[in-house]
Amino acid sequence: MTTVTVVDYGGGNVRSLCAALERCGAEVTVSSDPTVVSASDRLMLAGQGAAGTTMRALEATGLAEALREAAARRIPLLGVCVGLQVLFERSEEDDCACLGLLQGSVQRIDGAERLPHLGWNDIEPLAEHPLTIDLPTVAYFAHSYAVTADVPSALAVTGIDAATIASVVGGGSVAGVQFHPERSSEGGRQFLQRFLAWDGIA
Amino acid sequence: MLRRRIIPCLDVSGGRVVKGVEFVNLRDCGEPVDAALRYAAQGADELCWLNITAGEEAWDELLTQVADAGTRIDVPLTVGGGVSDEPHVRDLLGAGADKVSINSAALDRPGLVTECAERHGSQCIVVAIDARRTASGWEAVASGGRRTTGRDAVEWAQEAVERGAGELLVTSMDSDGTQRGYALDLYERLLAAVDVPIIASGGASSPEDIADVLALGVSAALAASIFHDGLHTVEEVKQTCRKRNLPMR
Repeated sequence: MTTVTVVDYGGGNVRSLCAALERCGAEVTVSSDPTVVSASDRLMLAGQGAAGTTMRALEATGLAEALREAAARRIPLLGVCVGLQVLFERSEEDDCACLGLLQGSVQRIDGAERLPHLGWNDIEPLAEHPLTIDLPTVAYFAHSYAVTADVPSALAVTGIDAATIASVVGGGSVAGVQFHPERSSEGGRQFLQRFLAWDGIA
Repeated sequence: MLRRRIIPCLDVSGGRVVKGVEFVNLRDCGEPVDAALRYAAQGADELCWLNITAGEEAWDELLTQVADAGTRIDVPLTVGGGVSDEPHVRDLLGAGADKVSINSAALDRPGLVTECAERHGSQCIVVAIDARRTASGWEAVASGGRRTTGRDAVEWAQEAVERGAGELLVTSMDSDGTQRGYALDLYERLLAAVDVPIIASGGASSPEDIADVLALGVSAALAASIFHDGLHTVEEVKQTCRKRNLPMR
């Protein structure tokens, strides 16, 4: 059975994500302990709310350093929503430094008629990658900030009126999805299965 | 392209789904978690759970039920009804709600919207507005329509958005449960006034009514009776909307 550690920094709801991973047959550990996180074989970082709040919590608890150590060991790490955003170097939201595991910065979505970007939207693969094989064609989003489609790690993109955002990113063993796989029905489940089977090699 | 959403609404009282006309004469429509799973299987894009029982005991039961539903469904879940302070919002998000809707408490204390949006992010804070038609426009009413506020509904919508509401769930009280169609003029005014997504609620009698309000440009349509009565499935509504060239999942 695949094991996965869901990082709990006290800021987001991890319950629905854990339930979705369990429906995929994974053995899920929820942990706020940096020692457990840095020693994990597979990690997920979910989040809700602002990047600044999330980063402050990750830094204060030692989890930011544990995530950097885990990434240096090249284990598969997947960020979801704000969990994707904090993988980058900076976020314009709260103008904060982030984990810096992927190159680029997070900005408020420019060109959408209405924000937040709430609801189901297309996922269009850009690059061949083990994580883009079973991507859902539409998935559920809930956010106002994102990385643009031109970041070097973009694996799939999503159009929102005049804006195009990176909706799946990956660099080495570090990956992220801006959509919520745990709330994206059958397509989300298939994507989580693919992540659970991924060896962290692009 | 962002799809328009169809949101079946579960009005939950005493742990059961109920439905009334203009918020009175409630009828029993089954177990909420069963209904949630059934609608998710029919293609619901999101589910809305409105708690209409008051009291702390009911609140604990609500959290237990939301936690159960939240782990068993795989589409987003919005929960509201009786949310009166920030700890309520935190409890519901912690139980597994993706978004929390605040109604009367936000009218009484608009700072609650700011507080919740700053703490949890606008994307999970919905302000619900119950609007009643007046001679000159629409008035926001509180406590399920039992209390007038004298506030213009569109002005209140603008303030709620300035304070951080990420979405507005607006019910026309004149139409709710009557199955006479959505109050299209209300949504036209709101669409021009704010730039967050709007969920229209109240009055759907047919798939055509839902297509009509979505065609105006609202992001989502919420309906209860037409689904609970088994008159139409979510997929039937979506087929009607697709024929009108509306982008649906």
